[in-house]
Amino acid sequence: MNLELILFFGTAGAAVATALLTVLLRNPVMSAISLIANFFCLALLYLSLQAQLLAVLQIVVYTGAIMVLVIFVIMLLNLQREERLTERYDLKKIAGAVLAAGLVLEMLYVFFSEEMPLGMPETPAGSSIGSVEGIGAALFGTFLLPFEVTSLLLLAGIIGAVVLARRRS
Amino acid sequence: MAVPLSFYLALSAILFTIGVVGVLTRRNAIVVFMCVELMLNSVNLTLVAFSSFLGNVTGQVLVLFVMAVAAAEAAIGLAIVIALFRNKQTVNIDEINILKW
Repeated sequence: MNLELILFFGTAGAAVATALLTVLLRNPVMSAISLIANFFCLALLYLSLQAQLLAVLQIVVYTGAIMVLVIFVIMLLNLQREERLTERYDLKKIAGAVLAAGLVLEMLYVFFSEEMPLGMPETPAGSSIGSVEGIGAALFGTFLLPFEVTSLLLLAGIIGAVVLARRRS
Repeated sequence: MAVPLSFYLALSAILFTIGVVGVLTRRNAIVVFMCVELMLNSVNLTLVAFSSFLGNVTGQVLVLFVMAVAAAEAAIGLAIVIALFRNKQTVNIDEINILKW
């Protein structure tokens, strides 16, 4: 058992545990906080895959922007009345759990049943693929058009959010 | 990297399934939204793992685009939740059923 495997299993276990807490906790604020912990675990996994820029962006964009927005909205809506959030066990829940169990079993079967064609050839340590330089060169070279289209998408998102959240007079 | 690719894919599948369970079983619209984020992130993990194991940067660029789409989705989705709460005083998706015939 080498160090990388121990690190992987530790981070993976923490990621699964925080994801379960996100789904199971009744209080939406606690759900959001465990989701943030989950994002930190994923950032660690990105680091172990030598995707340094994405690890930083995961924390800055997801934790810093998206989750702050989510918590802000939870606070804004003032959802303290717990009876609005009480959830019962019913047929829909059981059906959902059964379907999800089938899904995960299928996926795990596919992943472990056949020989992965790319088991070993991998990025050498110290490779610059995940660095700012490597991603920037691809982003402003091959992927220039999608990059520019993304800015249009974000502009549409800004306008849509303002229009939707505006108070009708 | 001593960790095989299958382990990353299996972790990603488990995280995705937890997100699916959340979307199917939770009734609070904001929690459903967070579970969608969980699913997006598990797919991101798959992309980064493949990118790293193939030595190809394309997967990581795709993750950047997914993050941009997720940010736009967060802004729009939360604006919709606020507009719904303003009209119906609830975020329970069982009570938001006007479009259901």
